[in-house]
Amino acid sequence: MTETSETTDSILAPIIAHYGGDPGNLLQILRDAQEALDWLSPETQGAVARRLDIPVTRVAAVVRFYTHLYDTPRGKYRVLFSHNITDRMAGSPALMAHMLKRLKLKRGVVSDDGLVSVGKTSCTGMCDQGPALLVNNRAITRLTPRRIDEICDLIRARAPLANWPAHYFRVEDNIERADMLLGSAYAPGEALRAAIACGPTGMMAEMRKSNLRGRGGAGFTTAVKWEACRDAKGDERYIVCNADEGEPGTFKDRVLMQSFSERVFEGMAIAGYVTGARKGFVYLRGEYSYLRAPLEAKLSEMRRNRLLGMSICGVPGFDFDIVIHMGAGAYVCGEETALIESLEGKPGLPRIRPPFPVICGYNNQPTVVNNVETLCKVTEVAIHGGLAYAGTGTRQSAGTKIISVSGDVERPGLYEYPFGVRVSQVLDDAGAYDAVAVQISGAAGQCLTPQEFGRRIAFEDVPTSGSFMVFGNTRDLFEAALNYSHFFEHESCGFCTPCRVGTALVARIMEKIHSGHGARYEFNELTRLHQLISTSSHCGLGATATNALQDIMTKFPTVFDRRLIKRDFEPGFDLDAALARAREVSNRDDANAHLAEGVDA
Amino acid sequence: MTDIPNSFNLDGEPIPFEPGQTILQAALNSGHFIPHLCAHPEFKPHGSCKLCIVVVNDRTGASCTMKALPGLEVQSDTPDLNHRRRTLLQMLFVEGNHFCPGCEKSGNCQLQALAYDLEMFNDHFTHFFQPREVDASHPDFFLDRNRCIMCELCVRASRDLDGKTVFGLAGRGRDLHLVVNSASGKLGDSAFAKTDRAARVCPVGAILPKEVGFAKPIGERKYDETPISQLAFTCDWEG
Repeated sequence: MTETSETTDSILAPIIAHYGGDPGNLLQILRDAQEALDWLSPETQGAVARRLDIPVTRVAAVVRFYTHLYDTPRGKYRVLFSHNITDRMAGSPALMAHMLKRLKLKRGVVSDDGLVSVGKTSCTGMCDQGPALLVNNRAITRLTPRRIDEICDLIRARAPLANWPAHYFRVEDNIERADMLLGSAYAPGEALRAAIACGPTGMMAEMRKSNLRGRGGAGFTTAVKWEACRDAKGDERYIVCNADEGEPGTFKDRVLMQSFSERVFEGMAIAGYVTGARKGFVYLRGEYSYLRAPLEAKLSEMRRNRLLGMSICGVPGFDFDIVIHMGAGAYVCGEETALIESLEGKPGLPRIRPPFPVICGYNNQPTVVNNVETLCKVTEVAIHGGLAYAGTGTRQSAGTKIISVSGDVERPGLYEYPFGVRVSQVLDDAGAYDAVAVQISGAAGQCLTPQEFGRRIAFEDVPTSGSFMVFGNTRDLFEAALNYSHFFEHESCGFCTPCRVGTALVARIMEKIHSGHGARYEFNELTRLHQLISTSSHCGLGATATNALQDIMTKFPTVFDRRLIKRDFEPGFDLDAALARAREVSNRDDANAHLAEGVDA
Repeated sequence: MTDIPNSFNLDGEPIPFEPGQTILQAALNSGHFIPHLCAHPEFKPHGSCKLCIVVVNDRTGASCTMKALPGLEVQSDTPDLNHRRRTLLQMLFVEGNHFCPGCEKSGNCQLQALAYDLEMFNDHFTHFFQPREVDASHPDFFLDRNRCIMCELCVRASRDLDGKTVFGLAGRGRDLHLVVNSASGKLGDSAFAKTDRAARVCPVGAILPKEVGFAKPIGERKYDETPISQLAFTCDWEG
């Protein structure tokens, strides 16, 4: 056993005590430990394992799973540029190159003095105000070369983050069109009192009448979920708010958590009231760490006003409270069973279903997992009644939907419409004048052509979790497809063979085409891999990982055609490039000993 | 629909089952082979390798995790599913570093045996050639991660049968790899012993005994003699 240094121990002791020494809080403990120690050394991991009395393999599994936990030093300042396609379109690659040059760094390599590292990360949810980066989990938006220079100066001067200009960290709501949810006045406690007036059974009846469906993308009927949880056998029940908004191009939940959190929390309390759950969790993605303090303050305020805690609104027996649980960079945790695993302090690996979480969820107890927006909608159902709620939208898609619009538009931001709105109207309202494609529902969704802009946003036509990434006529959709393939290779949890290996194979093939060596053969390979990965994977991530790629391949054939070489096949192996290492070692580089590019090896 | 209760159809043949059994368990018990790697009769279903995929009522799923239900129409031995299984095997071969001709496990290896059985004639995809660590620190056993297929059988055996939790998987996506529960991360410093169940559960050659080499010549070994599809019902899966 390695000896733990006293400093590490004195830092870990209070953190572990704060979380009750519970291994179920392992992810939270490691996040806090890293906040204090900058990285999680083998020594730190061993100390955590000993103090929690768990195998060190379990600690290592968590550290290695979450992108924002580090088992190698990454510097005092850890800068991560958002790698989403919208950030890239807004100039992120050039800004990162500029910063690397200013700091004399290579991407992902810590500076010699151990001060700073610069890398990239999956979409940070700031697409309407990008390009964006994270520095030690804090988001900085609206990057410009000048701001990059200033950040470099602050890092070199070792200025604590707390002393950096506050306006760097300002995150705007950018609500461009408000309707039922974003536009109506709201008095604290209004929805809770309305639900209490109905009683648990009455409120469930209103939920059924409302036909409210989940806003996370899958569109499951909320009342059915709640009823299944209420009627399932269990000692405890749990309500989980899925605020792990990782779908590239989506940022509506960030705004709801920032400016409408009371409605989210009341929605959770109502879910508790109806199902009999007494505890709720908010699973907040690590990229939104800046929201944690204001959300904790809001929870305290609600407890003071008896909108949370014991005997809510003075109703004896109506006890419900909420704990915020932070993620640490894992898109797959948006999948509800992976999210529950993560809540339990484990790597976010999707479970085998059935059983479904409503029967066997958090700590194997009945658990409802609802999206942030869905929970806000619950407050509308409580206040206006189920029938009134069902009156807006379409037959199968009641109510309004918030859409996150980014990319090539004049006014990026949030747009709330009744379900049934045409894609073209959203584009007109946002000022997308030259759109040639819209990526709906993020990298896992579908890519629409202008011929499809007349389609409607609704579960019966184009379902969406709410992301609209717009591509103007100067954009190369291949870049988007390549970006998605890297995204899924990075985010695949690795549990099942088709997704773990398949997403990596797709990314390699896309790179081969990108470098100008791909033929029709590679194009066909992508189709074959799509067929296997989408049908054979363990969870929704794999099932949807190649959707957008397939859409771009089939609906926008020229995107690939102009990149494919005319030969039947060209080897991906570049013999001349492979000799580079030998040249370096032998310190010889004869001009005559070079092979022409693309030569058959 | 079949009229016999507690029976489903596998490729048109009725398969009886006990309530609670999975499709794979019921099929193997009645002498019908469905290819599989991460499933093992002694352990709870895992569902990660996906070799045992079947189509049930037009939906694809892992037969090791799907409960058998009366009247199900299950397709398994079809050209499409066997093609998909072949591709999955090719994926496993290019992801790791598998050198069958020089591997002590050759002939006793389930990955190799399935590849023969499903007529996988080449690797098809470009190899990843990922550097994988070999651990020879233990006096009795090697740990060669080059051959690991992430089935977690050793993880489950050590945790559930040996009560030691020697192994775990860490990492994400392609970075996934076997880790050992010891301060140094080495097998030699762990509680692992040659008598452990985990020492004899690896379906491939990732956990191999030392000081035994080619006692039986390649060509005369278990799966050299009899195809895996005829051997899978004995529960004698040790190499």
